[in-house]
Amino acid sequence: MDARLRQLQRRWVDCRDALWREGILDSMFLELQQLQDESNPDFLLETVALFFTNSEKLLRDLFSDLAQQNVDFKRVDAHIHQLKGSSSSIGAKRVTNACIAFRDFCRARNHIECLRCLQQLKEEFLLVKNELETLFELENQIVAAGGSIPKVQRRF
Amino acid sequence: MMESSKGFSSPRSTAFPAGLRVLVVDDDPTWLKILEKMLKKCSYEVTTCGLARDALKLLRERKGGYDIVISDVNMPDMDGFKLLELVGLEMDLPVIMMSVDGETSRVKKGVQHGACDYLLKPIRMKELRNIWQHVFRKRIHEVRDIESHEGLEGLQVTQSGFDQFDDGHFFSGEDMLTPAKKRKDLENKHDEKDFTDSSSSTKKARVVWSVDLHQKFVKAVNLIGYDKVGPKKILDLMNIPWLTRENVASHLQKYRLYLSRLQKENDLKISYGGMKHSDLNPQDAARALSRQNSINFEQNDATNCNSRISGNNLLIQNLNSKSNEINPRGTTITEKSSPGISHSLSPLEQEMKFPAIDGITPGSYSWREVPEIQFHQENAGNQPEDCFRRVAVPMGGLQNHVQIDQLLPVTSISSKAQLPNLIETKPLNVDYAISSFTQASPVKTRIDSFPVPTKIHTGNQQAIQPPSTNKPSMESQAFNPSCVTNLESSQRNFSSTTPESAFTSPDEVLQVGWLQDYSTCLGLQNIEFPDFGDPSMVAEVPMHLYTALKFDFEQLSDQSELPVINQGLFIA
Repeated sequence: MDARLRQLQRRWVDCRDALWREGILDSMFLELQQLQDESNPDFLLETVALFFTNSEKLLRDLFSDLAQQNVDFKRVDAHIHQLKGSSSSIGAKRVTNACIAFRDFCRARNHIECLRCLQQLKEEFLLVKNELETLFELENQIVAAGGSIPKVQRRF
Repeated sequence: MMESSKGFSSPRSTAFPAGLRVLVVDDDPTWLKILEKMLKKCSYEVTTCGLARDALKLLRERKGGYDIVISDVNMPDMDGFKLLELVGLEMDLPVIMMSVDGETSRVKKGVQHGACDYLLKPIRMKELRNIWQHVFRKRIHEVRDIESHEGLEGLQVTQSGFDQFDDGHFFSGEDMLTPAKKRKDLENKHDEKDFTDSSSSTKKARVVWSVDLHQKFVKAVNLIGYDKVGPKKILDLMNIPWLTRENVASHLQKYRLYLSRLQKENDLKISYGGMKHSDLNPQDAARALSRQNSINFEQNDATNCNSRISGNNLLIQNLNSKSNEINPRGTTITEKSSPGISHSLSPLEQEMKFPAIDGITPGSYSWREVPEIQFHQENAGNQPEDCFRRVAVPMGGLQNHVQIDQLLPVTSISSKAQLPNLIETKPLNVDYAISSFTQASPVKTRIDSFPVPTKIHTGNQQAIQPPSTNKPSMESQAFNPSCVTNLESSQRNFSSTTPESAFTSPDEVLQVGWLQDYSTCLGLQNIEFPDFGDPSMVAEVPMHLYTALKFDFEQLSDQSELPVINQGLFIA
């Protein structure tokens, strides 16, 4: 069991390291972790879940917006703005950056480039989603195996 | 967590700023949750709202129930700047704006509209710790105002016939007080923090300027004549026994600021008004005209504009006696608020959804609504066209504000070679399955170190090409093919069905567009948008891309309901 636990913990550390190293998450995420306390032990999980749900809806809206023949770029811009704000809340830095690039093309009313940006945005979103899901799942496994989550101190 | 007290009449154990009553307004649920948590950690008392109108409702219902408001700038039902103004005027609370957008112009706008601070998202907790200073500062200033009035009034008694004195020297009164007296009184004032039911003459009870009260105020101002107005005169005319001169004076100050702000905005609008009205599409033009005919704000005097528009009821109140004459341009609605007016304007309401405060009865709407549609004063041309142009400003898009960008050259998309690089969406989880977040899933298949980012590339492959053979891993994944976030695969799954929600009705799009336009017309923004109404400006996108988009749309909505795929790589 120990070996398994250690392996889980190693994987957790790797996952977490990758999140920072690849710039998927930034220090805002750390801040959120620090906000979590005994009064609300699932705060981080709930917040991240909110972000996922919210973002998925926004992405759907964006796909819908850009599928129009006559694209309403203001509407697209509004959605991008919302997504940008939302992603900044959990520190999903790459999603935020993708939004910035997207917004520029939106303001230029470049439909084709917008489509490309949207794809990029979606990828970045799925990336952070999958990585975080992995991370949380590993945490569950670690705790279930009777272990504790490694304290990795990362300073930004 | 010290959240025991409402208000500050509690003993010193919950010392200020702990227990500060904060109202947070943000349409983003994630931020709302985070901010609530952060503020609670600062020992503040937090109330959250997802909509501006809910926030206003709360503020109005619980007068004196909050110390400070934090609001996002972009909200669906109301522009944050407008909320900011309303709160400042009606409740006289400090308001902090927040946004992920930190453009200088926006920040400037926030300050101009009265924000006491402008925070950029992401917001860290340390930025919230100090928000109490804005409450504190406001109290100190209120105290100073009172003292300056008292000082002035003392002087007035000794100088007979100087009725205008306090008006002209309203702001210099402070200088006449000795610093020592001010300091001493300040210390006394902020020790006693009960602002809601104070009866002492030295404490300022927070007067809430209800619509009725404000109407009386404006009426008085107009009767006296804006140029000759002064707090004492207004107070006398208003004839409200419990109202003090200080209340009126500070309200007058705000009113002046508000009007001068309107003035500036309208000046700017007029200077842009000469451009591009011809670009309006017929639909917008018709609307603009119908609006213009129904609403006419004839103002000869910049500062006499008292027209107000509420969200759901277009009530036009014009208390200026001058404007009671029929405007040659069209009908002038001069009645005070009455149901008749709202009926006559109801077709407009249906067409154009104002960023409204819902549920506002005629008696209680905010008088600060929609200053931009008050086309008072310099209707320079005094022709229908001018009004039309200006009315068109919020309607036809930001064309009046902006140069039309040359649309980026659309490459011919008939030949594949020229297709711009659409990112092929490779399945990101080549190494692990996608699963719904809320479902417990087994450990993902990722064993090696994190390789995924390197696999995401903005490849040169054309999105509409069929999937190439170098992604066999896609096939081998056990997960539901519909969850593959791959544009190519969506091509394969092509069908003709369209998800309903993929298309909004044109009306809906237009209304939302109007709302956006409207909110941006509160001030000039840096967003440069060419004419939206011109369909020819939209690049042509091949149909198959549209359908591909539809399928991405579907896939995305499917993903959240995906069954968990157990890759089974984790061996116990």
